[in-house]
Amino acid sequence: MCLGIPAQIVRIDDAERMLATAEVGGVRRQVNIICIVDDNHPVEACVGDWVLLHVGFAMSRIDEAEAEATLRILTELGEMTP
Amino acid sequence: MKYIDEFRDRDKAAVLLRAIEGVADEIRPEKPLQIMEVCGGHTHAIFRYGIEAMLPDAVELVHGPGCPVCVLPLGRVDDCIAIATQPGTILATFGDAMRVPGSRGSLMQAKAHGADIRMVYSPTDALEIARKNPEREVVFFGLGFETTMPSTALTVLEAERDRITNFSVFCNHITIVPTLKAILDSPDLRIDGFVGPGHVSMVIGMAPYDFIARQYRRPLVVSGFEPLDLLQSVLMVLRQIADGRAEIENQYARVVASGGNAAAQRAIDAVYEPREHFEWRGLGSIDESGVRFRDAYASFDAERRFAVPGVRVTDPAACQCGAVLKGTLKPHQCKVFGTSCTPEMPMGALMVSSEGACAAYYRYATKAT
Repeated sequence: MCLGIPAQIVRIDDAERMLATAEVGGVRRQVNIICIVDDNHPVEACVGDWVLLHVGFAMSRIDEAEAEATLRILTELGEMTP
Repeated sequence: MKYIDEFRDRDKAAVLLRAIEGVADEIRPEKPLQIMEVCGGHTHAIFRYGIEAMLPDAVELVHGPGCPVCVLPLGRVDDCIAIATQPGTILATFGDAMRVPGSRGSLMQAKAHGADIRMVYSPTDALEIARKNPEREVVFFGLGFETTMPSTALTVLEAERDRITNFSVFCNHITIVPTLKAILDSPDLRIDGFVGPGHVSMVIGMAPYDFIARQYRRPLVVSGFEPLDLLQSVLMVLRQIADGRAEIENQYARVVASGGNAAAQRAIDAVYEPREHFEWRGLGSIDESGVRFRDAYASFDAERRFAVPGVRVTDPAACQCGAVLKGTLKPHQCKVFGTSCTPEMPMGALMVSSEGACAAYYRYATKAT
């Protein structure tokens, strides 16, 4: 039920209604981006964003630096343990 | 796929498993440590990737109440069918709710008997059906934890803005914190730590869990859904236990911001208010664990638009879903597991959804147990 999937916003369809097209593994569908838009991140800035998609709504912008940090911890753990 | 494949790396998983074994050896518990994954999505991933079988004997996973379809009581399914079978009505629902048994059958069976029940991917698809069928009443079966609450709320706000009057929601949304509290307060509890829900936390943030560390002295680590996420989260919980710490930590920082999602929280606050109590299958009534629409959105509330029976129906006596949900019983230890309760003919709700612990055991683990 709470499943979400990473998707990339490829186009804004309707800025007023906050609708955009997202691509998920080669498949495109319209999604609502109201939850990832704020004063510091306007609608037009969303193109190219990687987002976590849940039941047709982009619910979070995926933070690339945090993803890399998590993987770096795992790489370091591998170097430390024999 | 980006953000998926790199979190399924076999070598890194092996490293994490060695680290988990190391910390488990350090702790040397008398009885196996019980770590509860709260979210049904985690339960599904744990079985799909065989994670439970990889862990050392000193660590046991308990599959918590986070499958909203599984905890929906019989009486609410009956109410939903009562709405769906009113003349001229279209009921739109997520697919996983179709097979949940009520006291007189499931939505799937009601559909077979002629009710117009349609599966949708998003509540906005249900609203679209309402736009295209102005002469029909369209009801969306709203259920799920805080992950799904904003999408229902935002769809209702859109219906209000566009003045769509033939759309309403049968609201069964539930909240995670009162539920965790009810589990922590149960007298037979043995849980040593929690793997916290990733996508609920993406909405509500980290602060609502503070009481678990402060009052109950249990660690909780919010986790992602890929195998490396889950293994790392189990390691982080064990590390806390070994160090004698009880803290709320975030393994899933690439998606979960500590404050959650402000826009989603605003939509939730605008549309819903807590119910005094809500009935859960297997767990009974839990105070303030469900929400309903505020009076301002009464016209979108299917419970107020339609006469629903609202009859409380007792769980089947043979079912031990409650004990499984609290971790005091393993799915295969239930009296009816795999005999009178199977995924094809589910008696208890945990056998219905692919996120239910019993269905997952039946599908992936019966040979091992």
